Amino acid sequence: MNNEPKIHPWQKVLDNPWLLLVLGVLIPILSYTAWGWVELLLTKPALLP
Amino acid sequence: MCGTTGLSVCLDAQRFIKLNAVCGIVFLLLGGVAALLLALTRWQTVHLLPVDWFYRLLTFHGINMLILWILFFEVAILTFTCTTPLNARLFSRKIAWASFGMMLTGAVMVDYIILAGQADVMMTSYLPLLAHPLFYLGIILVAVGTLIGVFNFFATLYVAKRDRAYEGSLPIVTFGALAAAIIAVVTLLHGAVVMIPTFTYAMGWTAQPDPAWYRLIWWGLGHQSQQVNVCAMVAVWYLLSHITVGARPINEAVCRTAFVLYVLFINLASAHHLLVDPGVGAAWKIWNTSYAMYLAVLASMVHGFTVPAGVELAMREKGYTRGIFGWVTALPWKNPAFSGTALSLVIFGFLGGITGVTLGTQQINIIAHNTLRIPGHFHVTVVGGTTLAFMALAYYVIPLIFQRDFICRGVARVQPWLFGFGIVLLAFGMSFAGTMGVPRRSWDIDAQGVYGPAAHLWLGVLGIGGILAFTGLLLFALLCVGTLFFGPKIEGRAMADWGTPPALAGSQPGSLANDHYATKGTIVLTLTFLACFAVYYFANWKALADVWPVR
Repeated sequence: MNNEPKIHPWQKVLDNPWLLLVLGVLIPILSYTAWGWVELLLTKPALLP
Repeated sequence: MCGTTGLSVCLDAQRFIKLNAVCGIVFLLLGGVAALLLALTRWQTVHLLPVDWFYRLLTFHGINMLILWILFFEVAILTFTCTTPLNARLFSRKIAWASFGMMLTGAVMVDYIILAGQADVMMTSYLPLLAHPLFYLGIILVAVGTLIGVFNFFATLYVAKRDRAYEGSLPIVTFGALAAAIIAVVTLLHGAVVMIPTFTYAMGWTAQPDPAWYRLIWWGLGHQSQQVNVCAMVAVWYLLSHITVGARPINEAVCRTAFVLYVLFINLASAHHLLVDPGVGAAWKIWNTSYAMYLAVLASMVHGFTVPAGVELAMREKGYTRGIFGWVTALPWKNPAFSGTALSLVIFGFLGGITGVTLGTQQINIIAHNTLRIPGHFHVTVVGGTTLAFMALAYYVIPLIFQRDFICRGVARVQPWLFGFGIVLLAFGMSFAGTMGVPRRSWDIDAQGVYGPAAHLWLGVLGIGGILAFTGLLLFALLCVGTLFFGPKIEGRAMADWGTPPALAGSQPGSLANDHYATKGTIVLTLTFLACFAVYYFANWKALADVWPVR
């Protein structure tokens, strides 16, 4: 019989600094940096009048 | 073993907390002197500095206040939170020395080259403005040094868990510091990515990086470093509300979830600096500054509720139950750590939060971008919020770490009020002058001949606020330095009490743990906040509509 108290899955996420580190680096880099960088790369140079 | 708290203290950690905190305060004072001179220049009637020194000191002020003071003090906070609350040793003394040495060398290099007139590029150093290569190298050293310090933090957490130095979850203050450290990793990576090619360009080794790319990546450093502050500041709120009043988070899972929302989404706020840039599209702008950002704003509102709610609960459990706000009058307002925390929360939430969300809205931003409204916003978040919270922390950290009680305790009790009032006045001056179109980063507005007496009046308010805030900052620095040299030694006894509200007869700790209406005072304050938010937000939409009147 296992008497260990059950830990809520969200609590396991909160107690895992390495998972938070990976998500915390990945999401901003994808959402802000990579997406913004791609948009800049796709911007065509303006034509001079 | 600490004579006051009874906690085990790692002596290596203590040394690096001291070194980083003292350096942070020195850079704060340097940046503060520049702030006073800048405020007296923007006060158009005084107009103190010549044009070259205005931009030189604007660069110096930004770097010292937003990068150096904050990063040094945050490394001190990270070093404290990963050792003492966890009963753990610092992972590596050598790594800590390497981190501190690189940061200090870089910081001195940057400050020297700015004051030598070789880097009048302002804090953002937007290309094609070009500074001396040592400016970029100095920032790289500070960023990499801080990254190494953050690595030491994570390694200490790993070893503490492996060696079972603590059981269960991290204490909330350490969890908040963990969130700050994760954001710091993203921040410092962006710093290295943008500064290394700019340094090689300044050396003449490579071509100029694209200015639009530079702005995108630079703001991954420039604004995200302020989000590290936000996390550290909130962690300090939880710590000091516990130390000064005995408050505890009313729901640990909700508070931690709010920190996770910061980790995942607050970095995206950087995008609002690019809201008028043509290179990135509307979808990128709106997603990053609105939809995702609102999740981080939700986190701030959660903390803005749970910290005062925890304080109210603790006070009511101590027997201060009269009316809705009876507990407020019994709070230890003369304790500088408490008053600093409370002022930080109110200034950050009411003034900084409301203005930040409004200015970050793409449509509204168009009437505020590059006006003094923007510095008006971030002076109440970074200075009125973070700096004041860090000052409040010093009133406990210095006696505990340096084992000396504060000198001039009466002056210390006034200091947070003076500093907070000065910053609010300064921010009001900036915000209202900005509303009248006064630009930021401008040495002179008279030459344009379009600003009337009202704008000049608000610039005068800015100047007076700057003088008061600088006086508060100077008092803080003098109190800290004076305490290090002349403070009465503690030597084994407990530090002198700044004042905490005693429990009244018949009160019982934990008696209101399941009472969902025990925080009614905080609920009223929260509704007041939301009403202010709505009024300010809609007033700005009205101002935007007035730009294109349809008759």
